[in-house]
Formats: sequence, structure tokens, C-alpha cells
Amino acid sequence: MLKEMVPVSVDNLVKETAGLKIAGYRFVTLSCAAIDKDHFDILYHFDLGLDLKHLRLTVSGDTKIPSISPVYFAAFLVENEIQDLFGIFFEGLVIDYRGTLFLEKMIHTPFCKYTVQASQSKTNGSQPLSGSPDLKEES
Amino acid sequence: MLKTVIPFGPQHPVFPEPIHLTLTVEDEIIKQALPALGFVHRGLETLVDKSDFHQMVQVVERVCGICSMIHAMCYCQAIEEIMAIQVPQRARYLRVIWSELSRIHSHLLWLGLFADSFGFENLFMQFWKIREKVMDIHEATTGNRVIVSVNAVGGVRRDMSSEQLQWIQSQLANVKQEVARLGPTLLEDYTIKKRTVGKGIVSRDKAYELGLVGPTLRASGIAQDVRMLGYAAFNELDFEPVLGTDGDCYARSKVRFQEVFQSIDLIGQAIRKIPGGEVQVTVKGRPEGETVTRVEQPRGELLYYIKADGSKNLDRLRIRTPTFANIPALVTMLPGHWLSDVPVIVLSIDPCISCTER
Amino acid sequence: MLKMTANILRTLFSKKPTRLYPIEVRTPFEIARGKLVNEIENCNFCSICALKCPSQCISVDKKAATWTCDPFACVYCGICVEACPFKCLHQEQAQRRPAYERQILLKKGLPH
Ligand code: SF4
Ligand code: SF4
Repeated sequence: MLKEMVPVSVDNLVKETAGLKIAGYRFVTLSCAAIDKDHFDILYHFDLGLDLKHLRLTVSGDTKIPSISPVYFAAFLVENEIQDLFGIFFEGLVIDYRGTLFLEKMIHTPFCKYTVQASQSKTNGSQPLSGSPDLKEES
Repeated sequence: MLKTVIPFGPQHPVFPEPIHLTLTVEDEIIKQALPALGFVHRGLETLVDKSDFHQMVQVVERVCGICSMIHAMCYCQAIEEIMAIQVPQRARYLRVIWSELSRIHSHLLWLGLFADSFGFENLFMQFWKIREKVMDIHEATTGNRVIVSVNAVGGVRRDMSSEQLQWIQSQLANVKQEVARLGPTLLEDYTIKKRTVGKGIVSRDKAYELGLVGPTLRASGIAQDVRMLGYAAFNELDFEPVLGTDGDCYARSKVRFQEVFQSIDLIGQAIRKIPGGEVQVTVKGRPEGETVTRVEQPRGELLYYIKADGSKNLDRLRIRTPTFANIPALVTMLPGHWLSDVPVIVLSIDPCISCTER
Repeated sequence: MLKMTANILRTLFSKKPTRLYPIEVRTPFEIARGKLVNEIENCNFCSICALKCPSQCISVDKKAATWTCDPFACVYCGICVEACPFKCLHQEQAQRRPAYERQILLKKGLPH
């Protein structure tokens, strides 16, 4: 089973991650799993000499999670993926696709009757989500 | 200087699979590269809701055609770990043999595609010709050519007779000889070296920091190979990770080229040591718990996160494939190079897009 | 130049690595997983194959005594063959030939 599981919170997540980086850990990936309708478990996996270490962050769907991509650059891709698939948003991403990593930007066609309107419920107003967030992965 | 934005892909002659890169170029020098994915996203991870955990073996095999055997092995190992199943020793050795066979054929395929990326069609043909022998071994021992479907939770579904093992060894000796004959062309040819040496350099520290995996990481001089964890029967076999030093395209192709020989050697060792006995145990009950398993794919470290709640279907299956970890490297590798080097550099990480997007 | 001559000679006198496919077909391997066949006389219509199939391409109707398989959805994994308790399913060595249109494999047996 999972050894070395450290629970973290939104506040100390970046601090913990930075600590791991100083300790020489290699970033592996993030895994996101839905616990119930609007609670998610996000696991941060790190590796040092083939030993894995995990951080577990449990959040509700509308929390804005601080991105760890300023610490580990490689995290931007997987954080964008979670943004696309689960509709959880990360703050401070180095490269932010705003939900369009997997989906093309929606082209607004004013003369076309049937335009698909992107729902904006989970976006933060100032940054409209241009792709459709329908691709949510919820079990 | 005028800036131009060039869309590269998703359809491009060198890409076997669709990936899109938005390249910002100045003159012909790349200033910025941004990848975009999602052209072949199939949502296989969500199929856990429909298929039970035995049927998922066949689903994860289809994440990627080339490393299908290793995907299934990783998945089975994860379930076996959750359910505390002891896999028979012979099955472990057979898994090593099949997974190393898929490493050989994947590397040969990549070496061919890589040759194709700088326009060396003849070398491409030669590598793929050799690869056909490995595919034949697959078909003769498992019944299928590419998606071999030999793994099951609790062991493997096919056994090999001792004649077959001998036959594999003689076939591989043949493969080894033919690959070795292409070595001087790939590694010493003047034109190829001009196209690969010093292109797309990732330094040792940068590679570690970016979390790169597999041959891309080892070419930068870091001895990280998940096989060292000793899953399946790798703990009883003797091998050292193949290392490069320069971290450029040349080093990456050299590492992969040498890994072909390493895999042939590992199969030889496994055939010599393989014990007799059962190959599969019956599995009763349902998995409950969560786990993370890693195995080494031809492209690098593959990670499965599985969460099971004791029902027929798994709760969550998360697959992190090696190419996904290697894509951030492109963002840092490409700037500063000529536009004409983009195909070579992109192919040097061995992108497998259907893996990446599941 | 000398090296090249050796290469040319070897290529000239070695066997062709390719086959003229539809005319010349390689003999399939012994355990190749090809075409799926149901010997319907032995089938008990127990639906175990339909339950186990990972691509859900088999459907069994016990009342009407029919066994249907969509060969275009089948992935030729052989799970059903291993699962069948009456050993009436087997896979031939040869693969299915390409077809012009979608086909459904329907077998009708005697109702039990
Ligand atoms: S498992 Fe065998 S006996 Fe049962 S329905 Fe399928 S083919 Fe018939
Ligand atoms: S071979 Fe596999 S996919 Fe085809 S019918 Fe049997 S179980 Fe289903």
C-alpha cells in the first residue's frame, strides 16, 4: 500500500513541495480522484532514488489550489490536465491553458444559429473558460 | 526582428501520432514552443465504471499499442499488490521475457522513425525489417502480434515450452547480429551526426528537475531505471542502466540502441534461469485499497494509481505515461534551435501520444 | 567502396524479406488467435462468454437459442474461449479476411 503519505493543506502545500525540492526529490506526477460529488483527493507523487513519497491534499471542488509549477516546472502539464478533466482550478500556473489543453478554443460564430455555449459556472469571472467544461471526469 | 507563429502538427509527416506545437520563431530560430494535446483523448480511465477489474486488463492494454504488454503488467501488479496475490515464479520470468521483447520492438520501431525524421528512409526500412522478427516471436508465443494479451490478474495466460524458449534465443541472436550491423551507420555516419549531435541538449540537473523519465533521462547521465526496483523477476537478473552523458539527440539514440542489446541479454538470462511450475493462480475476492505501482516502459517510468473500494469496479484508475513526463522537456529543449531541427528533437523523446492522452 | 560491394552482394543473394501478400500468405503460428468459432451444438447458452468478454461483443439469448458475436468489435483476446465451461468456443489459426461491409456472426442452436 501507500507508504510515506503526508497529508497537506492548501496553505502549506507549496512550502512542503519546496522543502522536498531542496531535499532532492524528483517530481513524478499528480493524481486526482473524486471522493464524492464535490470533494477531491489530489496526490502529489515525488521520488528520491526510487522511493516514492506522496502528499495528500483533500479539497472541495471550488477551492483554488496554489500551483506547484513555480517550484517544479514540469507540474504545469498535469495541473492543466486536472483543470481540464475535473474542473478544479489552480492558481499561479506557469503556463495556464485555462481548460484548453485538451479542447480547442471555442470559436464564436455569431452567424451560426447553433453555437455551443461554454458554461462559466466554475470559472473565476476574470478568466473566462474558453473550452467547454463538459468533459468532467466524475465517478 | 519579426515574430512568426508557426503551427506544427497535429498532422505532420514525421509524427506517427497527433501532437500540436505552437512555435514562435524569429527568423528561423525558435523562441518559444507550446504543446497542445487532446487530439486522440479517449477517456479510457473512466471505463473503470463499465468494466470490472478483470476486464480492465484488456482495456489498459489498449492505452498504447506498442507497450501494451507492459501496461497490462503494471496494472496486474497493482491489483496483485492490493489483493496480496503471490504470482508464481515462472509467470514472473515470462513477464520479464515478454516485456523485454516489447522493449526491443519498441526501440527498433523508434530507431526507424528517428531515422525517418531526418530523412534516412533506408535505415528506417532496415530497422523495421528486423523488428518483424520480434513481432513473429510475439505471435508464436502469445497468439497475437501487437496487443499480446497475455497478462491476467494472478499470472500470465500462456506458457512457453522449452523448445520455444530455445527458438526465441536463436531468433534473438539473429536480431542481435543484424542490429549490430546497423550500429556503425546510426552512430558514426557523418550526416546523421550532423543532424543529432548537440541538438536538444538537456543538462543533467535540468533533466532531473524536469522529472524526465526513461532513456531521455538516462541520456543525460542519471542512472534511474525503475527495473532496479526488482518487480517481476528483475531482482534476480543482472543488469546496469545504460547511460549517456551529453543529453542530446545523439546520446538519446545511442542509449536506446544499446538498450536493445541489454534487453536481448536480459531475455537470455531469464531463459537460462526460468523455473518450472504454474503460471497462473486463481483469483478470488475483490480488491480494496489504494496503491501506486511503477514499471519501466520502453519510454520510461509508467505509474499507475489505483483506488479500489471492494466492489467489482475500481474506484479510480490513474495512468501517468512516460511521454506525459517528457513533454515538459520539449518546452525547454526547443527554444534556440532551427525550425528544421524540430522533427528530430521532438522525435528524440519518443513521443507516444495515444499513451499520453489515454 | 569494398564495404559497399559486400553489402550489395549480400542483399542480392539473400532471401526477400517481404511477401506478395494476398497471393502468398505466411502459415499462421500454432497458437495464433484468429477467427472465433462457436460449435453451436455444444453450446448451453449460459452467457458466461458474454459476461466475461471485455469488449461486450457477444450476446446470448437463452430462450431463442441464439449466440451473436460482432466480429468487428471483437478484439481477439481469447478470454471467452478460456471462460466457456462447455469448451464449445475456439479460435482458428487464420485471421478473418477483410470485408466490404459490417457482418454479424449469428448462430442458432436448439433451445434447451
Ligand atoms: S460460454 Fe460457451 S456454452 Fe456458454 S453461451 Fe458462451 S459459448 Fe455457449
Ligand atoms: S475474443 Fe475477446 S473480444 Fe472477442 S468475443 Fe472473445 S472475449 Fe470478446
